[in-house]
Amino acid sequence: MSITPVNGHDDHEHGDTAGSDVALREGENSVGKFRNPGFGPHRPRRSDVDPAANKRAERQVVVLFAISILGTIGFVVAYFALPPGETLASMRTSNLALGLGLAFSLLGIGLAAVHWAKSLMNDHEKAEDRHAQRTSDAGRAEALQVLKDGADDSAIGRRGVLKGALVSSLALFPLTLALPLIGEVGEDWNVSKFKRTLWAKNKKLTIDPTGRPIKASDVTVGSVVHVIPEGLDEAEAPLDEKAKAVVLLVRMDPRDIKSEQGEGWSYDGIVAFSKICTHVGCPVALYEQQTHHLLCPCHQSTFDVADGAKVVFGPAKRPLPQLPITVDDEGYLVAQSDFAEPIGPSFWERLR
Amino acid sequence: MTTTTAPTGGGKAAAATADYLDQRTGIGTAVKEFARKIFPDHWSFLLGEIALYSFVTLLISGVFLTMFFVPSMAEVHYEGPWATMNGVEMSEAYASTLRLSFEVTGGLLMRQIHHWAALIFMAAIVTHMMRVFFTGAFRKPRELNWVVGFVLMILGLAAGFTGYSLPDDVLSGNGLRITDGVVRAVPILGSYLSYFIFGGEFPGHDVIPRLFTLHILVVPGLILALIALHLFFVVLHKHTQYPGSGRTNANVVGYPLFPIYVAKAGGYFFVVFGIIALMGATMSINPVWNYGPYDPSPVSAGAQPDWYMLFLEGSLRLMPGQTEYVLFGPDGWTLSLNVLIPAMIVPGILFSLLALYPFLEAFATGDKREHHLLDRPRNRPFRTAFGVSVLVAFFILVLAGANDLIATHFQMSLNDITWVFRILFFVGPWAAFVVTKRICLGLQRKDRELVLHGHETGQIVRFASGEYIEVHKPLDAHERWLRVQHDAIRPIEIAPAEDSRGVRRQGYRLDRMRQRISQVFYEDRVEPVTPTELAASHSHGEHDALGSDQEKAPAQLLAEGAPTGGGRRLRSQDETDPDTRNT
Repeated sequence: MSITPVNGHDDHEHGDTAGSDVALREGENSVGKFRNPGFGPHRPRRSDVDPAANKRAERQVVVLFAISILGTIGFVVAYFALPPGETLASMRTSNLALGLGLAFSLLGIGLAAVHWAKSLMNDHEKAEDRHAQRTSDAGRAEALQVLKDGADDSAIGRRGVLKGALVSSLALFPLTLALPLIGEVGEDWNVSKFKRTLWAKNKKLTIDPTGRPIKASDVTVGSVVHVIPEGLDEAEAPLDEKAKAVVLLVRMDPRDIKSEQGEGWSYDGIVAFSKICTHVGCPVALYEQQTHHLLCPCHQSTFDVADGAKVVFGPAKRPLPQLPITVDDEGYLVAQSDFAEPIGPSFWERLR
Repeated sequence: MTTTTAPTGGGKAAAATADYLDQRTGIGTAVKEFARKIFPDHWSFLLGEIALYSFVTLLISGVFLTMFFVPSMAEVHYEGPWATMNGVEMSEAYASTLRLSFEVTGGLLMRQIHHWAALIFMAAIVTHMMRVFFTGAFRKPRELNWVVGFVLMILGLAAGFTGYSLPDDVLSGNGLRITDGVVRAVPILGSYLSYFIFGGEFPGHDVIPRLFTLHILVVPGLILALIALHLFFVVLHKHTQYPGSGRTNANVVGYPLFPIYVAKAGGYFFVVFGIIALMGATMSINPVWNYGPYDPSPVSAGAQPDWYMLFLEGSLRLMPGQTEYVLFGPDGWTLSLNVLIPAMIVPGILFSLLALYPFLEAFATGDKREHHLLDRPRNRPFRTAFGVSVLVAFFILVLAGANDLIATHFQMSLNDITWVFRILFFVGPWAAFVVTKRICLGLQRKDRELVLHGHETGQIVRFASGEYIEVHKPLDAHERWLRVQHDAIRPIEIAPAEDSRGVRRQGYRLDRMRQRISQVFYEDRVEPVTPTELAASHSHGEHDALGSDQEKAPAQLLAEGAPTGGGRRLRSQDETDPDTRNT
């Protein structure tokens, strides 16, 4: 028998079994159940019975610790001898050498300690008694009494106004922290900005990211151009504006166009749609020339550019808003106006 | 206490330190109480340890990274050894990520260690949670600790999400954009929540510094505090143990903290850290320098979030878009159920089920006892099947989050795959539930069969009458105990709706509902063998029934030591005799 009970103190208090292990024995060894046969035999390890194996295990532990020391030394050497440098190869070598040094340093210690514990330390299991979590009835009564004494001392029960004042002041004071936080955290809280973009009448369509204006005659049938509005860099918050204003421009054979979102919004087979997905706002960037389908790589909403960018598959509901375009006197593509509806993902007051 | 050898210098110093500390803290009491505290041993108990140690690894590597990372969205132009990015406009966050990766010696290693550790942290949490779930370790008195662990998992997700976005690269930026789109879908408050997060319009200039504070202070602070509480509960409740000979609900059998677990668990920390270091050394992760700095226009195909976020991504991908509605007229309010359902309602249901399961099961079981012995998953068919079906739902969503990769790798139609997953999401968990429950019941029957009839020995005995039987070797007491130790749980019984005078009883409806739930849990069951059943099977079991009239029954022959074909090994001895254990 290899089990030695430790901490086997029993504190049964006058029939109240709370807090003792008796409470946990309920149902055990009852009629109709088998009896727990008690602990099985302890099986000795090789290193318990064979002194040579024992010695070998000890040597293995020492070797593992030695590997750790070598790993640390290797790390230090690598730090000085192999800086990341300027090339991909030297960066990779530095990372590999440092990482392997660190790994050996750590794994040596870890495996040594585990091997030591498993092969050399006493492996006789021990048992401890458990005690039910619950406080005994007497203990509970005492705890209640303590609380009651405290409450009596404070006299809170008899002073209703005081209690009300306490609760009110505690309930109100977080306002002092929350108000400035909530007031300032959303900048100006002007959420109507969602509904406007930089596009306006006669604003030139320019190439993303160079900002070069686009001549209608330069766009060949079947080609796709990523477009930003002219003067994006001068905007107050260029990235915020870009996040709303990016447009995808496609030129098709005018005969392929089945429908548009507005009469005369395209120019000679050139259509421009918001690039921001109406699902959750990823840039819709994958254009398939043969089918005129635009695919959002994030969640695969698919829009038919030839058919007013209607949704043909995926989790989006609405078509990509179309940017009405035309050409100016010099033949450059320009916007007729801003988008007719808010671009991007839906929000509660989108149509208000 | 007397010592026979003179204390060494080191020993004296240690004794003096101990005395100094004890006089000021009384630490001796704590050492006496805890140093030899017993913990049970099992490989599955290491899963939680992996979570803990990968978290420590995260703290160590994370502190290193904060020394060099600049959480700012101010625009700079990169100049440095990474040639393809030279002169490119980018945020300071992205530029400092490049600098700490390429110009700080060991910086890339620490970054990769940090990211790998984060993935392992979440994986360890989830598998640990599975262990706790399937073995019923969440039962009384540990329900509260289950909730603490559940909150830790949510915080782990939050830590991963806030950290993933910090480098401000195209990939994580698009992740934030998706977050913005999801948040905007919240009815009434959506736009304001978006402004709350981004400090105005997306992307703004605030989100990286805000995420940074959450990532390095708020979330890890909460995780640390809850880990402390989690471990305090473990010590308070004492660790659960698997059933087995000598292990009871009223004891804990294992090894003492000092020295066994100091060495094993301490060593295991180094092993976990070491393996993560090996991964950081040899496996590239999240190479943001290939993606480029965040720009709202470009996006890469085949982009996946870290694995623990994939289920959300998959959920978003599966949802058909028709479910966006405009309420109250053509100019009314927009309700984006096509985003709300997959991004909030589905995960909300999955997570709520997980968090509340212990309370649901306790309600159905009507059991007020403390449980310290773990269940074998087969002995709880409903629970096991339920857990597996939740997991199946989760993994279908994970796969759906990679539907584009499945399409490109296996040359299949993306639309078809999406449709298959849409259907599987409803059929898969149900099928998994049925199959798992049947497997559990089958395994329980196998246990019964084994206990009642013993092991097949492969030895065929021929009787004079010409009859053949196979000799079965009975299980020894230890083997048998494992298969019969559990309680048979039956659906609860309730008092009738009306008393003897026909007066309706108060609270009957609640009781009836409870009984129905209980029946769902426990109606189908296989009960453990009782001693009576075993005795009955020995006296008139099917093998004995085969015995002919002229002869004694084979079991009886064996008991008498008859020289049957099995020889001496068939003779039953004292069943607790170690030599007879079937190993």
